[in-house]
Amino acid sequence: MKQNSKRVNDVILQTAAIIIFFIIVIFSIDLFFAGHYSPGGGFIGGLMTSAALVLLLLAFDSKTLANVLPIDYRLMTASGLLIALLTGLHSVFLGRPFLTHAYGKFDLPLLGEQTLHTAIAFDLGVYLVVIGITLTIIQTIGESE
Amino acid sequence: MINLPVFPIVIPALAAIIMMFMPKRVQLQRVMALGALVITAIVSLFLVHTVSTEGIQTLNLGNWQAPFGITLVSDMLSALLVTTSTLLTLFIVWFAVHYFSDSYEGNYLYISMLFLLVGVNGAFTTGDIFNLFVFFEVFLMSSYVLIVLGGRGVQLRESIKYLLVNIIASALFVMSVALLYGVTGTLNLADLAMKIPLVDNPDVITVIGVMFVIVFGMKGALVPLHYWLPGAYVVAPTPILAMFGALLTKVGVYSILRTYTLLFDGNGEFLQTFLMVLAVLTIFIGMTGAIAYNDVKLIIIYNIMIAVGVILYGISVNTQTSLEGSLYYLIHDMIIKAVLFMLVGMMIGITKSGQLRDMGGLITRFPLFGWTFFVAALSLAGIPPLSGFFGKLLIVSGGMDEGELFGPLLVLLSSLFVLYSVMKIFLNGFWGEAKREYDGPLVPYTKRLIIPVFLLLIIAVAYGFGAEAIHPYITQAIEPLVNPEIYIDAVIKE
Repeated sequence: MKQNSKRVNDVILQTAAIIIFFIIVIFSIDLFFAGHYSPGGGFIGGLMTSAALVLLLLAFDSKTLANVLPIDYRLMTASGLLIALLTGLHSVFLGRPFLTHAYGKFDLPLLGEQTLHTAIAFDLGVYLVVIGITLTIIQTIGESE
Repeated sequence: MINLPVFPIVIPALAAIIMMFMPKRVQLQRVMALGALVITAIVSLFLVHTVSTEGIQTLNLGNWQAPFGITLVSDMLSALLVTTSTLLTLFIVWFAVHYFSDSYEGNYLYISMLFLLVGVNGAFTTGDIFNLFVFFEVFLMSSYVLIVLGGRGVQLRESIKYLLVNIIASALFVMSVALLYGVTGTLNLADLAMKIPLVDNPDVITVIGVMFVIVFGMKGALVPLHYWLPGAYVVAPTPILAMFGALLTKVGVYSILRTYTLLFDGNGEFLQTFLMVLAVLTIFIGMTGAIAYNDVKLIIIYNIMIAVGVILYGISVNTQTSLEGSLYYLIHDMIIKAVLFMLVGMMIGITKSGQLRDMGGLITRFPLFGWTFFVAALSLAGIPPLSGFFGKLLIVSGGMDEGELFGPLLVLLSSLFVLYSVMKIFLNGFWGEAKREYDGPLVPYTKRLIIPVFLLLIIAVAYGFGAEAIHPYITQAIEPLVNPEIYIDAVIKE
């Protein structure tokens, strides 16, 4: 098949893609966690992670990606939405207005004492929704003939 | 419960998100959608009760004080509209359960319908103009999905037009908000209402007011911004059409009502005349369309325009009486349009044609269906004591009190045209000889389909007969529109 004969020549691209993929993912996670104090956040972090996945899609094909990461991106979108909404709802159960955020200091193993804020959970929701939506769009367009 | 105003938005959203985890399990989706809607309806009825006993409910999201955070404001107006739209969605989803095939329902149908309700309820409840924009986008996105679901050629064609028009309108909305923010420096509606009289150049405010009327007029199908409406609505499947016809244009009307009475009231004469001219034109074009067509869907679609024009006329007169009439008519029209769209959808489903010349004799085979349509038609035209009567009466007398003659006469004349157009459907569709054997796919379901429509019609009739009981609620809803200070004081507590 044409696809196979083409793939033989992709050694440089594929090798580079594997290395670059991890750098991009680490950068995107850094952007995601940096959001509270410096530019970044859930949206741009999510876009960057999906860009890394798109790079894998370009270097390999959608079947390989589905084998490596067997994720249903529609469910990912749904769980992102659920996390964001539940973050908003948790304050309702505590008798405060909807979307009131809370924070506290926690003594985490390895990381020491850290301040955690529920805004990060909301951001995690955004992050998952962005990845889910982007890859659903790309996969749907890519697979329809 | 301080969080009461947010529940009509959050409950359908939560249900829709949970349903996204199992899009193919149709039976479960039906149960969940109906269950969530019943709970939402109960909560919103409770909200109406709370507002009537304790006054306007406000909720500062995230516990940030009023002008700085997003505030949700449930006054009686928004509580009543939230209740109406939730009840309508409940009955329309009930109808859709029997109307659609399983494969159609498996494509995120109920999820989109619930998200549409989220957007509509949010738009009715929000007290922040940019948040209003966001909720507009929420229900518009859902409506894009619903209009194209099914993928027939005509749906694709019309959805492109619908999408283009709404994207342009949304861009204009953002520009208007930007202009308003540039002039006043705030986005909270109550805070805007305080800051706008202080702006030293009132002409800028008038320009912004006109821009908002154009934006909301595009959503609410005012002439000359109505051109997208007939085509886009006629291709949608019946339950979707019922939802669009009952809810979407009315959100535009609500937004005009809210912004005009709260923000642009003091910038008087020009805006008032502008609104009135648009209202009269809308009634006129609606009347022309309603009598011109023989397609049952198009007749009812042009009736939407007449109703929007009548409500807008009441808003533009802007007195206590006419605003009461507008609100009364708005709620009546939401209910009765949903009923009528579902009924004509059933007619089309049974006769397999939208044209009146292919119909006839339906009443001998489906008597309950026929008489339901008859009562709905009389109710739409405003025959006393059915529900369309009191709203129009108040609008007409409000207009008369202001010394207007042309407007009230046109409103009365429009009733005649409405009656003619729906009676044309009744006489040609239900009476006479059957044109052929009716054995379409909908016939076995007709008895089940008519139940939600019939119950909704009972609500509409009760709304007409119980006008006296509902009147205190309507009066309470109008108070903050006539005296914006009540609204401002409720939101911004010193």
